[in-house]
Amino acid sequence: MAVTGIILVLFLVAHMLGNLKVFAGASSFDHYAHWLREIGKPLLPGVWFLWIMRAALLVSVVAHIWAATTLALRARAARPVQYAHRKKIQGSYAARTMRWGGVIILLFVIYHLLDLTTGTLNPVGDPSRPYANVVADFAPSRWYVTLFYTLAVVSVGFHLRHGVFSALRSLGQQTPQGERRAKNVALAVAVLLCAGYLVVPFAVLTGLVS
Amino acid sequence: MNLTLRIWRQKGPEDKGRMVTYQVDDVSPDMSFLEMLDVLNERLILAGEEPVAFDHDCREGICGMCGLMINGNAHGPQRGTTACQLHMRQFKDGDTIDIEPWRARAFPVIKDLVVNRNAFDKIIAAGGFITAPTGSAPEAHSVPVAKGNADAAFESAACIGCGACVAACPNGSGMLFTAAKVTQLSLLPQGQPERYTRVIGMVDAHDEAGFGGCTNAGECTVVCPKGIPLNTIGRLNRDYLAATAKRGDNTPGS
Repeated sequence: MAVTGIILVLFLVAHMLGNLKVFAGASSFDHYAHWLREIGKPLLPGVWFLWIMRAALLVSVVAHIWAATTLALRARAARPVQYAHRKKIQGSYAARTMRWGGVIILLFVIYHLLDLTTGTLNPVGDPSRPYANVVADFAPSRWYVTLFYTLAVVSVGFHLRHGVFSALRSLGQQTPQGERRAKNVALAVAVLLCAGYLVVPFAVLTGLVS
Repeated sequence: MNLTLRIWRQKGPEDKGRMVTYQVDDVSPDMSFLEMLDVLNERLILAGEEPVAFDHDCREGICGMCGLMINGNAHGPQRGTTACQLHMRQFKDGDTIDIEPWRARAFPVIKDLVVNRNAFDKIIAAGGFITAPTGSAPEAHSVPVAKGNADAAFESAACIGCGACVAACPNGSGMLFTAAKVTQLSLLPQGQPERYTRVIGMVDAHDEAGFGGCTNAGECTVVCPKGIPLNTIGRLNRDYLAATAKRGDNTPGS
């Protein structure tokens, strides 16, 4: 969980930084998007680097889900008789919503790929003009897309709030002082990524990016 | 004070079990929770009914025998307190209190509120020991221990093995108990020879017993009557990583 999670968080950071190029203007954003397909040239032909990244991410996602499923099945088997009276949550809210949060994020990722990678669900859907795709995607008339996007990003935030701390703990974070630090790092990562991802749709919504 | 109790009654391991409602009147706020159950049992016996079976021994919060899920809280609403040290002043007149046994596959119900915690003994047997010559105790000052390590080891050693961590865990994991038992020894010089075989052995025994996997949710440390901190699990994780990375003659688990 921890290792695959960290790989995915690193991807999220890179992806967010790329997204923020939208504020640098249409040509800069489009240029960045086309550059993604050419990384590694001339060492690697064409979009090879991109496909290697995609393969690594796919393996990470599958391994992450496999580990989570194993844990969930073990948890279910470990308590065959449920409590009649159960206090809701006494530890961390984020920790107890990891599984459903993960499912929401998975559904969002599938939608997001169909929307902005393949362009199937995008009103413009032109792979040569990613800036136009983004602007059309979060247009005020398509408020429900922005809403779903926001919900998904907030889910990611909650997922990371516990996930980053839990990953550090799994990898051997062991002192009480380090625990406070790890929790602060997790909160900072969650808030920064949430903010970084949410400014793009809201900038489009308010007309800051058009 | 007058209370309504809803208590899990189960005749034996094979019985399906159900919640049964009892009325208990004239409860003193100065009674402990178990004394309140004693009063109920006295009345049940006088009425010719089967008394409620529950585990208890020292009744001063140090033996780890008692363990009740009280209104969904392991050991009741007061933090850092075992059920036997919980007093009825924590409740209000007219309250309805749900009392259930620990719920875990590794802790099968024997009767009513009594569960079998042999799984913990198996975890201990798999590594909760050190190699030491028997006979008179050696001079304590001959083996120096860093103050920080001594304090952390003592903190872990406070674990009474009651099983509240398992009862509260959303995954039914016993990792806080296992971690406490691993670290109380691995932090001290006397525990070093078996340090890495211990962690592998105890985690394997934990998994074999049918406990769930830890997801660092932190519910365990909230209900722990001895306040074993969650970072204890981090110490276990670090030992486990070090142990699984080892190769050679001392390879744990080989």
